[in-house]
Amino acid sequence: MKYLKQFGIILAISFIGELLNAVLPLPIPAGIYGIVLLFILLETKVIKLEAVRETGNLLIDIMPVMLVPPAVELMDYWGIVKPQVLKYVIATVVSTIVVMIVSGLVTEGIIRLRKKAKSE
Amino acid sequence: MKEMLTNSVFFGVFISVGSYILADILKNKFKTPLLNPLLISTAVTIAVLALGGMDYESYQTGGKYLNYFLTPATVCLAIPLYEQFEKLKKNAAAIMIGIISGMLTSFCSILVMALIMKFSHEEYVTFLPKSITTAIGVGVSEEIGGYVGVTAAVIVITGILGNIIAEGIFKLFHINEPVARGVALGTSSHILGTVKALELGETEGAISSLSVVTAGLMTVIFAPIFANFM
Repeated sequence: MKYLKQFGIILAISFIGELLNAVLPLPIPAGIYGIVLLFILLETKVIKLEAVRETGNLLIDIMPVMLVPPAVELMDYWGIVKPQVLKYVIATVVSTIVVMIVSGLVTEGIIRLRKKAKSE
Repeated sequence: MKEMLTNSVFFGVFISVGSYILADILKNKFKTPLLNPLLISTAVTIAVLALGGMDYESYQTGGKYLNYFLTPATVCLAIPLYEQFEKLKKNAAAIMIGIISGMLTSFCSILVMALIMKFSHEEYVTFLPKSITTAIGVGVSEEIGGYVGVTAAVIVITGILGNIIAEGIFKLFHINEPVARGVALGTSSHILGTVKALELGETEGAISSLSVVTAGLMTVIFAPIFANFM
């Protein structure tokens, strides 16, 4: 029953996320409301970590495969994207690389500065 | 036979899961980012569907059950976030500034390229939410008048790309702090990047999850403003 109870809690939070998504006029998906909600419940000790840990880690472990169907859906969009594919690919590749470098270096830089300031 | 495969609830999902595991084994053996499990699994699944003359809809007879678990799994990302919260608080300023700088870079880089390559206004706003998780990005794209289907496709490509290039970029630019790696992955390539972050370590995974949430919510606010710039 342990896993089932944990799954029950996770489903309940997913459902509340779904409700918030339906009621509030924002383009925020159920999962994002759910992360915030579960985090608050854990942090305030309303839910103990032990009450969701194993099933939670199991779901996170198999999550990568859940992202394959949306990626396979690319085959349905090929028709729309094809005529413009070169400029779309350039825009996507350049922007993804630049964002990764800038956000990573800025964070790394600030952490290093703080470490340096501390050690001096 | 083909009819049996088309109607099978398990065939498509088995191909996806099987090729994912196989690619993961190969990647650990040959240590090359080109054997990216997500990329291989997607490519193999599309190839098998195409060879068998099957469409996405028939794949989804089983694939939708994988999708079903995506929201509960996303909710569970709160667990590593909770476990790593102390580390997160200690680096709160660096993380927030990192995420904001990444998000602004995303908008500005898209604006610049849209100008250079003469995108229409609709094409420009289609790309604005490209770095954030699909469900938010599609909603934002709809709101600011983008081509929703193209946004969805670009978001997935962004995620797979980020997942593949991350380790190379980190090496090349000496991004070594787990916190910085998490911010870079979550901000640039959402949940698909977070999958890579979880692979790299617990801290990376937790910070990446946080970045996905934060960048997603901020994009809801800032994308409509940037939509006016072109």
